[in-house]
Amino acid sequence: MTGPHVWRNVARLTLLVIVASFVLAPLWATVMGGFKTNAEIRTAAFAVPEAFNIEFYGAILSDPAFWRYLGNSMLISSAAVILTLIVGSAAAYVFAQIKFFGSNFLFSYLLLGLMFPFATAILPLFIKIRDIGLLDTYWAVILPQTAFGLSLAILLFRTFFAQLPKELFEAAYIDGCGYVRFFIMFTLPLSTPILATVGVFVFVQSWNNFLLPLVVLNSREVFTWPLGMMQYRGEYVTQWNQTLAFVTLSLVPAVVFFLAAQKYIVAGLTGGAVKG
Amino acid sequence: MSDTTLPPDRRQAFSDRVRRAATNGRLTAGLILLPPALILFTLFVILPLGESGLYAFYDWNGYGAPQDFVGLRNFEQMFGHSVFSIAVWNTVKIILISLLIQMPLALLLALLIYRKTPTNAVFRLIFFVPYIMAEVAAGLIWSFVFDGNYGVTASIATTLGIERFFVLADRELAFYAVMVVIVWKYFGFHMMIYIAALQGVPDDQIEAAQIEGASRPQIVRHVQVPHIKPAIAVSAFFAIIGALQVFDVIIPLTNGGPSNQTHTIVTYLYEFGLTRLRIGYGSAVGVVLFIVAVLVAVFYQRIFMKKGTA
Repeated sequence: MTGPHVWRNVARLTLLVIVASFVLAPLWATVMGGFKTNAEIRTAAFAVPEAFNIEFYGAILSDPAFWRYLGNSMLISSAAVILTLIVGSAAAYVFAQIKFFGSNFLFSYLLLGLMFPFATAILPLFIKIRDIGLLDTYWAVILPQTAFGLSLAILLFRTFFAQLPKELFEAAYIDGCGYVRFFIMFTLPLSTPILATVGVFVFVQSWNNFLLPLVVLNSREVFTWPLGMMQYRGEYVTQWNQTLAFVTLSLVPAVVFFLAAQKYIVAGLTGGAVKG
Repeated sequence: MSDTTLPPDRRQAFSDRVRRAATNGRLTAGLILLPPALILFTLFVILPLGESGLYAFYDWNGYGAPQDFVGLRNFEQMFGHSVFSIAVWNTVKIILISLLIQMPLALLLALLIYRKTPTNAVFRLIFFVPYIMAEVAAGLIWSFVFDGNYGVTASIATTLGIERFFVLADRELAFYAVMVVIVWKYFGFHMMIYIAALQGVPDDQIEAAQIEGASRPQIVRHVQVPHIKPAIAVSAFFAIIGALQVFDVIIPLTNGGPSNQTHTIVTYLYEFGLTRLRIGYGSAVGVVLFIVAVLVAVFYQRIFMKKGTA
């Protein structure tokens, strides 16, 4: 009996290792490429570097532009998260707690954002942001990202809020606690798991977003890191080691963040996927 | 469910309700908590969407008010443009590759590693890494891989002693390269959905099948796959919606080239609408994209709901 069992396991592991190599090989070449001379990249892309040149990584780390791009992204993503959590949870609380004429209609209205891709309205959005005078500011990215994130946020928040025990509100209400105070004092503190899930989800989306910043940001002072990375690539077309060092370093925060928030990311992505 | 008409005898009740709502804080709560979401959403999602539908009928460069009404000319031009056909066909190719290669691969891997063991956790993490990366970064890394002059491909050609080849500059091959990158980037996401679903399949059903002498493939086919059908439907939906939105990956890889062979709908919209400041034309592309997305959503819900009740 052990014969076929062992072979099956070997076959299974072989397949897993092949796929893992397919996944990791480009990443390995990227991280190592940052240590190599360009000549070495051209001849031995997958090899361990003959000598670890840290000058390319050093050049990126000492480049103020690199830190500015990361800082801009951090600021924009954090603001989008905070705004989405506040605005989204407030609206979801009303839908979960207060039944009023037209509430179902407004709820469905706010969920329309789940129906279509962000890109469909990107041109009028560009015109609108230009006319309001927000072009080339952080708000040009923050506000539309928040608006587009609201649908999923409100859907998830309302589901969660509706599951909180009703008795709690009735007791607080008898004690003279109003709706708004109850929301701030009880609903939000009891909802940290869903706040974290939505927050992480919005953060990742915002951090990786490329199309919107590309359209509404022009000057390098406000560039997010994906724009900065493309800018860098354009400047060092043939010098891959510089660009690869940049790519590697800009991926470090994402990987660290993922490992720290893995639970919420997987829950948010697969849970959000299932509900979306 | 809520009352849409108000007969006279209920009007009194209604105004009573309003007064009560106002005094116990319900109305204030509604008036404070709801408007921010409504305003933001209307201003940055719904209005631009509606304006797409309006601008699509104008020839407009974005300055001043749109005045040059052209009727359906933008749409006629779009459907007659060979590059638009390429973009649509490329989107269809991405959908096909997702459904026929990416999802089966993801399902196979999920079946291999869904059980909670340390080794499986490592593989799961590795397979999920591309998904957590920014699309632009993924595109840039692969443009390095496919670079026949200075990148990985150059190194491979040197090592094998063959002539250099330029995948991304080849009209035939370039889009296959793009599809490789898309599979690389997203199979982990689909795998995660399947793993979550497979962990929800009751063990006793699998054990029962084993006791009855079912082979491993039989268990997969008759117990596990039927159980995770909803997850498969969800992942198919995301594959299709995702294919409609592909943009970030293309820009660093090929930027739509060579000779416009690798455009997708969104890169087409960007290239022929925004960079040429043809707001009306780009909006028309946006309208088509919107209609397709809504059709997919409605179609999906129809099928999915039917399966759910049957």
